[in-house]
Amino acid sequence: MDATTAFPDHLPVRSDHRLVADMVEPGARVLDVGCGDGALLALLMRERGVDGRGIEISREGVSQSVARGLSVIQGDADADLADYPDDSFDYVILSQTIQATRQPRQVLEHMLRIGRRAIVSFPNFGHWRIRLELGLKGRMPVTEKLPYSWYDTPNIHFCTIRDFVALCDEVGAQMERAVALNASGEPVRVSVPWWVWNLFGENGVFLLRRR
Amino acid sequence: MVQSAVARQLGASQVDEPASLVARFGPDRPLVMDCGVDLAPWQIAYQTYGELNAARSNAVLVCHALTGDQHVANLHPVTGKPGWWETMVGPGRPIDTDRFFVICANVIGGCMGTTGPASLNPATGRPWGIDFPVVTIRDMVRAQAMLVDHLGIDSLFCVAGGSMGGMQVLQWAASYPERVFSAMPIAAAAIHSAQNIAFHEVGRQAVMADPDWRHGRYLEEGVKPAKGLAVARMGAHITYLSEKALHRKFGRRLQDREAPTFSFDADFQVESYLRYQGEAFVERFDANSYLYVTRAMDYFDLAADHGGVLANAFRGTKTRFCVASFTSDWLFPTSGSRAVVHALNAAGASVSFVEIESDKGHDAFLLDEPELFATTGGFLAAAARSRGL
Repeated sequence: MDATTAFPDHLPVRSDHRLVADMVEPGARVLDVGCGDGALLALLMRERGVDGRGIEISREGVSQSVARGLSVIQGDADADLADYPDDSFDYVILSQTIQATRQPRQVLEHMLRIGRRAIVSFPNFGHWRIRLELGLKGRMPVTEKLPYSWYDTPNIHFCTIRDFVALCDEVGAQMERAVALNASGEPVRVSVPWWVWNLFGENGVFLLRRR
Repeated sequence: MVQSAVARQLGASQVDEPASLVARFGPDRPLVMDCGVDLAPWQIAYQTYGELNAARSNAVLVCHALTGDQHVANLHPVTGKPGWWETMVGPGRPIDTDRFFVICANVIGGCMGTTGPASLNPATGRPWGIDFPVVTIRDMVRAQAMLVDHLGIDSLFCVAGGSMGGMQVLQWAASYPERVFSAMPIAAAAIHSAQNIAFHEVGRQAVMADPDWRHGRYLEEGVKPAKGLAVARMGAHITYLSEKALHRKFGRRLQDREAPTFSFDADFQVESYLRYQGEAFVERFDANSYLYVTRAMDYFDLAADHGGVLANAFRGTKTRFCVASFTSDWLFPTSGSRAVVHALNAAGASVSFVEIESDKGHDAFLLDEPELFATTGGFLAAAARSRGL
């Protein structure tokens, strides 16, 4: 089987992936933590010419990534980041994964230690739809983008955009860019205050560096 | 006379005139060994599959495990059984012989046609026995490199192997990084653990305790330490399986009987199975070779050869690695593969790693494991693309 036909590169690029890719300097060394099937890494290699590595918890994800020609090791963010030397990457990316880690704070600290910069994207639990589900219906939200019930979800540490900003403060991360994407994947206008981002941003994407 | 004794004992004349291709090296091209000996003359027996392309860029070297040999993908000339890695090597397999030129050679110290303790020592006209110089994994790899030179191949597209074969893969990547485009060490480690050395020592002591071992000179005396070697194989065989696999295969089922016999017969199927494994093994393997090859594994410690830091073995490497382990393998557990992966990461190498879910123990690397084939097949296909194959 030819892996190029198995993983066509002409599929539409996800808006959060596009945004992350725009934050990465061409030719950089990149570690994607929780890289899934390798779609983001493949995009970064194709369009930004990065030297990319991945960590992925599922064997299927590893196999799919390896078949794309990516270098991906089976492992998890909580256990394996500790083994990476300081400053070994230009960017460490955590794309839609922080909510599934056991120790989000430690993971973020390791990312800032291993990489000169960190990029984190995550679903915003402060989005109005989610508030509506929880506030009015009184049930844990199950949405199209977050389809799991509370009892079988891998997502154990949801946060809102404001929660994440507070964590960045606590671990001494400096925000270089912060973007919220609305439900259609469009950036929320920059001029609006934080509470608007927190209400209308479905995804937060942050570019961070050590202070 | 002596030669025919050797031939008789191995069931076929495989030691000096094997049913394989053989590269012979004279006194002008000795094998420089770690123990300080320059071995000459010497020979290496090998099999090839598929066609070498015009650019000589599609060669894959497969390295065999402790009791394996060069017959990776053809009927074995002594046992008549299929090749030991036909699940991995062949047309349409992950190591696809329609695309790649596959080479597999018997290791130095072996008994299937590469020079080893059963070969004749030209200085005495008798088999080497335990006068044969002690072999290391690095010696095996040096011998293979001389074979690859002999075949006119500069750089290998891939070096692949499981268990002791995986040790050779790691040694290749460390010794000849510029000659290895990609590497697949499977169910292997960069160091042989104390537990593994201990199991090997039990096996060797079983061989040497057999009165027919004759201090290693059994070939000249027309006997062989069959009992001792069989016991060594029985013990080792248990380490290749998992408790679960043994239970599933045999449980406590009795062998051709309704009730225990209150004797030391092989009442249980598992006993009968192990006895069969031991007896079959001595038909095809030389007891002294078993001592030498187990010893080579014991001595393997790639970090120690690089100032105690495994990452130094791979510093600056451009080789791309695909490391795989199995969940139920307690002989070469995942932790050993992870140590290799960490070192490769620390060295900035390109590495992929997968731990495959299997309850079949160490032997899983030889068996039908679709997840292994999916990962290794994808890895090789991607590597072939970037090499322009």
